[in-house]
Amino acid sequence: MSNSADAALADLRERVIAAHQRRRPIRLRGAGTKDFYGEDATEAELLDVRPYCGIVDYEPSELVITARCGTSLSEIEAALAQHDQFLAFEPPTFGADPTIGGVFAAGLSGPRRMYAGAARDFVLGATLLDAQGKTLRFGGQVMKNVAGFDVSRLLCGSLGILGLITDVSLKVLPRPRAEETLRFEMPAREAIDNFNRWGGQSLPLSAAAWCAGVAWVRLSGATAAVRAAQERLGGERVDSATATTWWNALRHSAHPVLKSPSLWRLSVPDTTPPLDLPSEPLIDWGGAVRWYADATGDMTTPTPDAAAIPNIRAVAAAAGGTALCWRGPTPANGRFHPLQPAVTALHRRLKDRFDPHGIFNPGRLIAGL
Amino acid sequence: MRISLRSLSISFAHSSKEKAKLLGRGGYRSRYDEGMRQAEVAAALRQVLPTECVLSRDEELRPYECDGLSVMRQMPLLVALPRTEDEVRQVLLTCRRLEVPVVARGAGTGLSGGATPHESGVLLSLARLNQILEINPKARTARLQPGVRNLKVSEAAAPHGLYYAPDPSSQIACSIGGNVAENSGGVHCLKYGLTFHNVLGIRGLTIDGDLIELGGAALDYPGLDLLALVIGSEGLLVVVTEVLVKLIPRPQLARVVMASFGDVCHAGDAVAAIIAAGIIPAGLEMMDRKATVAVEPFVKAGYDLSAEAILLAEADGTPEEVEEQIAEIEGVLKTAGATAMVISNSEAERLRFWSGRKNAFPAAGRVSPDYYCMDGTIPRKNLGPMLKAIEDMEARHALKCMNVFHAGDGNLHPLILFDANSPGEWERADRFGAEILELCVQLGGTITGEHGVGIEKINSMCVQFSDAERDMFFNVKAAFDALGLLNPGKAIPTLARCAEYGKMHVHGGALPHAELPRF
Repeated sequence: MSNSADAALADLRERVIAAHQRRRPIRLRGAGTKDFYGEDATEAELLDVRPYCGIVDYEPSELVITARCGTSLSEIEAALAQHDQFLAFEPPTFGADPTIGGVFAAGLSGPRRMYAGAARDFVLGATLLDAQGKTLRFGGQVMKNVAGFDVSRLLCGSLGILGLITDVSLKVLPRPRAEETLRFEMPAREAIDNFNRWGGQSLPLSAAAWCAGVAWVRLSGATAAVRAAQERLGGERVDSATATTWWNALRHSAHPVLKSPSLWRLSVPDTTPPLDLPSEPLIDWGGAVRWYADATGDMTTPTPDAAAIPNIRAVAAAAGGTALCWRGPTPANGRFHPLQPAVTALHRRLKDRFDPHGIFNPGRLIAGL
Repeated sequence: MRISLRSLSISFAHSSKEKAKLLGRGGYRSRYDEGMRQAEVAAALRQVLPTECVLSRDEELRPYECDGLSVMRQMPLLVALPRTEDEVRQVLLTCRRLEVPVVARGAGTGLSGGATPHESGVLLSLARLNQILEINPKARTARLQPGVRNLKVSEAAAPHGLYYAPDPSSQIACSIGGNVAENSGGVHCLKYGLTFHNVLGIRGLTIDGDLIELGGAALDYPGLDLLALVIGSEGLLVVVTEVLVKLIPRPQLARVVMASFGDVCHAGDAVAAIIAAGIIPAGLEMMDRKATVAVEPFVKAGYDLSAEAILLAEADGTPEEVEEQIAEIEGVLKTAGATAMVISNSEAERLRFWSGRKNAFPAAGRVSPDYYCMDGTIPRKNLGPMLKAIEDMEARHALKCMNVFHAGDGNLHPLILFDANSPGEWERADRFGAEILELCVQLGGTITGEHGVGIEKINSMCVQFSDAERDMFFNVKAAFDALGLLNPGKAIPTLARCAEYGKMHVHGGALPHAELPRF
């Protein structure tokens, strides 16, 4: 480890130990690209993890990259691109440059998630700085590892409530040889049906989305396979610049719907027919994610009708999914869809065990935790 | 670990004190106390289950005394065979109230002793919850009870052109619930993932009888990823009562390249070269000459017996995709120094090439009275050095070792050959195995890639994890099961146990009580 990384880690450790001893909560933060995400956290002292940065290990033939939490995503993606590899879960950047620690702690994934897997699926290992300042390593740098509980994957998406994730190891993949995007004019119901039908066939799908009467399908893989699938599916070929712009807009929330000041994200089974809600959604992940900009149907009003909130949650739950208030005023029962009471109790006990004085990102994942 | 029947004599060499230690307990009760306790717990369970669902006579308990780790035998206090989720809940509530340990068991095929009974505990068999609740071809999912056999899922999905990807070698017999407990793998993990990557959700019960649902048919759910935590938790956190799995389209075609190498290190390097070339084969397996020589007489796969190692690299997908990938694989292997290559030209030929790999374990049983199967994983780049190190260990322990690897994942299954009836051989095999696992950790890998820790590798956990890390595992355990009733003594070694194992290390070859088997 370099001296500066050593010093940065020592500093983080000191700050964590002090916070624990004084029982003063801290807010872990990388580049702050996801400050809007999660519950309205309790006021806490900011701990910027960016000084602890750098790629620790990357061997293309091992398909693994290990980096310190403060490393920027752009640095990681550039290193991978040199060897024609990438993070297949397409982490969103929200138009800036997040840290890999933030990417890991939020566990968010882009359009490729439906077919390639989510952030959690690419986690191989993580190092945790716990409340007492101890360094704990879970998982590792190998593809298969079933020794001990899978704490590294538990940390992915934990929003930092269990401790400071200092180092992460992620599985990377070779970039697909060929990529092609097709466009189809069709209503939402038909698009959802088609996405599911195609998903059941041996086709190299890598993304499927729908917005405003147009379905977009991306094919990725061996050149011959992409060509054959394209012939089979038909549709209109999209030039690569337009395709890149479109998929990046979904991945990084640059699409107008995703920039809306009042936005709900519904995670539902991909077969769910169009939902009974007053506005038209943007559909991603082959039907498994439905974005609703202002669920009241009035796209110009930044504040959704309070009465519509229980309705949107009920609609999502009836479909077997959940509704997240992505942006806009926080509903009374929180931004995230409420958990089962027994599951909340497990969260509470895990939090108590990992962070007995509740110093890490209090309230960020679950109100009061 | 898999050891043939002859080696069972070993288990009788266990003193009950040593066995108690292995199972992570202190003392043991008198026969009288045990009888009283058995009657008490049986009576309580028969309040909530039909009489025939509670087994208590010795001859009824005998079939449950071990799982696939047959050297480790222990009669349970009782066996409960619930038929519904609610009956499972009633069993757990009863055990919780009486503070009786509970060991959940699927098909009992596990190789690390995860389902070895607890002497004063209830063995909770989930075998009767064996219904496929739903195959949804449109959603490409299957909703299963935990006792459904792995292969049965793919059979039920086949009419829809779909299958369930994880294919552990025991897939004819092993159950989905057991797969979830162990996070089972198979030969196609590199491309299709482990159980973790193919399970969308579970329903399960905590020891307190709370029914929880984790994950589901949508792709993400709020909160901590408890689903990830429960998968592979070896029955220590939750008893799974329902599993929702992902089904994927069966590839139109699969072909395999069989390549010969004059040196095991060249074969190891060829594996890294394939990955570096941007190819993710559906399967990438390696066998050394000792393995091919052992299997060829039985399976007649046509292996090149003059080669020091052979690689099997499979491509699957559409015919166009397969053709493209096979050509690439051929090119890379040639550059990497393959001395000969054969490509399967028919499904029959493909299966024949695989037959030797799939029969490596039984073949080991034919050429040697007993064998001990290891399961470490290392970074691929270290395959060559690892094989060289194993050669040195063979000389030092005066035992042969056949090597079959899931090379694409760096997951090793060295098969240490020994004769349990020959004095001292098992002890040497055991030490040999522990050395391989320690080297796996040193080379940046892990002591278990897919078989789990159970009882077998509990000492090796002390090598891989620090006191603080193991302490955190116990913290996780306590959050789910404060009294430690679910599968106690498995998967995570106590501080005291590791301290003792550390002491044994100091003595190196001169172990105290060398006559006792250690796992």
